[in-house]
Amino acid sequence: MSSELAELLAPYRGERGATIPILQKVQEKLGYLSHEAVAEIAKFLGISESEVFGVLTFYAQFRTAPMGRKMVRVCRGTACHVRGVVQVLEAVKRELGIEEGETTPDLEYTLETAACFGSCALAPVMVVGKDVHGRMTPAKVKELLGRHG
Amino acid sequence: MTFEEIQAQARAEWEALENSPKPRILVGAATCGRAAGAGAVLEAIDSELKRHGIEAEVTQVGCIGLCYAEPLVDVIKPGRPRLCYPHVTPELVAEIIEDYLVRDNPRPDLALGTIGDGGIEGIPKLFELPVLRSQVRIVLRRCGFIDPQNLSHYIATGGYSGLARALKMTPEAIIAEIKDSGLRGRGGAGFPTGQKWDFCRRAPGTEKYIICNADEGDPGAFMNRSLLEGDPHAVLEGMVIGAYAIGASQGYIYIRAEYPLAIERLRLALQQMEEYGFIGDNILGSGFSFHIKIKEGAGAFVCGEETALIASIEGRRGMPRARPPFPAQSGLWGKPTNINNVETWGQVASILQRGADWFASFGTERSKGTKTFALAGKVQRTGLIEVPLGITLKETIYEIGGGIPGGKGFKAVQIGGPSGGCLPASLLDLPVDYESLTEAGSIMGSGGMVVADEDTCMVDLAKFFLTFTQMESCGKCVPCRVGTKQMLDILERIARGEGEEGDIDLLLRLGETVKTGSLCALGGTAPNPVLTTIRYFREEYGAHIKERRCPALVCRNLVTFYILPDKCAGCGICLRACPSQAIRGGKRMVHIIDQDKCLKCGTCLEVCPPRFGAVIKASGEAIELPQEPIPVARAKGE
Repeated sequence: MSSELAELLAPYRGERGATIPILQKVQEKLGYLSHEAVAEIAKFLGISESEVFGVLTFYAQFRTAPMGRKMVRVCRGTACHVRGVVQVLEAVKRELGIEEGETTPDLEYTLETAACFGSCALAPVMVVGKDVHGRMTPAKVKELLGRHG
Repeated sequence: MTFEEIQAQARAEWEALENSPKPRILVGAATCGRAAGAGAVLEAIDSELKRHGIEAEVTQVGCIGLCYAEPLVDVIKPGRPRLCYPHVTPELVAEIIEDYLVRDNPRPDLALGTIGDGGIEGIPKLFELPVLRSQVRIVLRRCGFIDPQNLSHYIATGGYSGLARALKMTPEAIIAEIKDSGLRGRGGAGFPTGQKWDFCRRAPGTEKYIICNADEGDPGAFMNRSLLEGDPHAVLEGMVIGAYAIGASQGYIYIRAEYPLAIERLRLALQQMEEYGFIGDNILGSGFSFHIKIKEGAGAFVCGEETALIASIEGRRGMPRARPPFPAQSGLWGKPTNINNVETWGQVASILQRGADWFASFGTERSKGTKTFALAGKVQRTGLIEVPLGITLKETIYEIGGGIPGGKGFKAVQIGGPSGGCLPASLLDLPVDYESLTEAGSIMGSGGMVVADEDTCMVDLAKFFLTFTQMESCGKCVPCRVGTKQMLDILERIARGEGEEGDIDLLLRLGETVKTGSLCALGGTAPNPVLTTIRYFREEYGAHIKERRCPALVCRNLVTFYILPDKCAGCGICLRACPSQAIRGGKRMVHIIDQDKCLKCGTCLEVCPPRFGAVIKASGEAIELPQEPIPVARAKGE
C-alpha cells in the first residue's frame, strides 16, 4: 500500500461504516478514485473491490476519472429551471464543447450539474470554481466562458 | 458551572453587547448572502471603518430570510433601533458608513426597515412590512439575530433552557409534552413526532440511536441549510432532548456534503457544547450521556428516505428496504433508531423552552405550529419564510411573496419538490396544512414552494421533476425504476410534439402503478407532479398532443423564433450573438433566422435591444416573413 494512502486510512481502522467517509477523504486528497486506490481501500476494509465499486458508483459525489482545474457546476434546481437554466446549461456545453460529467481535453474545466445550490433567489445560477454567478443567461455564459471555449 | 451560572454569564455578555457604546454592524453571511456578495461587503465595511477611524462590532449573522434583498447589512447605533439596508454593495457601504455613522443621516432612501423599540422617521418597521407581517418565526427566530458561532448568544436568548428543563423531567413526561404540542414531522410525511419517539422508547434493547436527517435534496429547498447555518445549536439542543426522552446514547447528523458552511457550523457548535457539558458524558450533571457524529452524505436523493439513509450511514449503497420492521424496532446496526428532520429537531427545542400549549396555539386543529418554506421561482420576494400552518397559498404568495413579477399572471405553485404537486389558481385559497395539501394531490414535503407564471409550461415542469426522480431512483423496485423511465419517455414525446391519443391515460395508469408498486416514498410520490399537472392542466397536455403547440412557449420543438421585419433595425447584434450562425442580414437590412440552423437557445431574443423588440417566440401560428434580407426602410414601408 502506498504510504500516502496508508496514512489517510489509518484513523478509520476499526470504525464501523467507514466506507463512504474513506472514499470522500481519498477523493479529496487525490482528486478522484483510481482503480489502484479502490483496490487498496477494499484491502484495508477487508471487503471485495466490487463492493467498494458498488458503493462509489451509487453516489453522485464520487468520480473515477481526474477532473479539470476548474469545476463548472450548473444548478438544475426548480427555481433555476423555471427561470431558464436549460438554455444556460446548453450554452455552457456549447462554449466548452463537453457534456455533463466530462472534462475539457486541456483539463481546464469539468462540467457538472447540481441538484440545488440553495441560491434560488439568484436563479438561474452557475458556479465556476468558487465564484457563484447569478441571473445567468446564454449571452452571459458566452461572455464568461467564451474565450476559453 | 451549573446551567444557571452559564446562563447568567451568557446573559451578561449579551447585555453588554446590546448596551455597547460602540455601533454594531450585522451582515447576513449565510451561503445565500455570500453568493449575493456579502464577502466583498464585509471587506468594504472593514476598510471604511478603518478609514473613518470608527470602532464598531461587526458580526456575521445567519439568514433572516429576505433572500431577494441580499446582501443585507444592519446597523445599530447606541440607543437607536436596528436599521436594515437591502441590496448593499461595497459602494453603498461607503455611503451608509459616512452618512449614518459619521453624519447621523440614516438614509431613509436606502433603508428597508427598523427592528426593535423606537423608530426612525421615514423608515417603516421591518416586521410590519407585508413580507414579514404574517410570518411567525419560531424555529427561525434567532436566524439573522445572533452570531451562530457564539454559544453565549444562543444561551442568552433562551437556548439550552429547554434541555435544562427536560433533564429534570421523566422521559415519559417529555414525550407527553411533544405529543401535546401536536408537532408532526417537518421532513414531509407529517407523522406525529411524539408518537414516533414513543415507539422507539418502548422498543426493547439498551442500545438506541437517533439521527438528524439533514440530507436536504429537494431541488428548490434550502430551509434546513439556513437553519443549520444561522442557528445550529437549536437543532443540536432538540437532538439531546430527544436522545434523553428516547434513551439513546449515540446520535448522527446525516448532512449533504454540498453544505460545507453548515457542516463547519455544526462542528464548531459540537465543540462548544462539549466545553459546557451540553453533550458528552453526564450532561449538566444529570447522569445522562450522549454523543453526536456528523456523517456527510455523498449525493443520493433517495438517502432522504429513512431506511436508505441508515444503509448509507452503515457504509452501503443507499437503498431503502421493506418495512416492517420499522427503524424504531430495527434501524441503524439493527438497533432501535429514531430519525427526524432538521426542522423537527429545531422545533423540539422551542417546545421544551416555551411549552406545548404555546406551540399548539399556532396552526390548525390537526397541523400545529409553524413551518418553514423556501419561496422561490416567479415571485417578487423570494426567500425563506416561516408561517403558521393553515395560512392560505394566496397570503403566502401575494402578501409575503409580493405576487408575480413583470405583471405576469399566476399559473401554479409547486409544493413539496419532486414528491409534491402543482396546484392551480383555483386552489389559491387552500390552507397550507398536511391534510389539505394531500387531498389536493400534493404533499407538504420538506418545504419547497416554487411559483410558476404564465411563461411556465406544465408539461415541461412535470418532465423536469420526473427527470430528477427517474435519475435518482435507486433501481430496487421495478415499477419505480422502469415506470418512471416509461413515464419520462412519454412526457418527452409529448414535449417534442409527437404525443399520441391515449398518452394521458397511459401516464395516469403508469403513475398509479409506480405509486402502489414502490417500497419507499421516492417511488410512492414520484408521479405526483405528473398526476397533478394532468389533473389541473389537462388542456395544456391536449394542446401539445392534438395541436402540436406549447401555449407557454417553452417546449423547444414546438417553438419558433422570428424576427419581425417592421421592427428590425438591422443593427446586427443578434447576428453576432447567435451561437449557430443561423441569422442572416446586413447593415440596415432586416435580419432573418434560418430555421434549419436555429438551436432555439433564445440568445437573439435576449440581446435584441428592448427599444426594437424585434425578436418574438411563437408556437402553432404561421407568420409571414421575407425569404431574404431586405432593406429596413422597405420593411417599414418608408
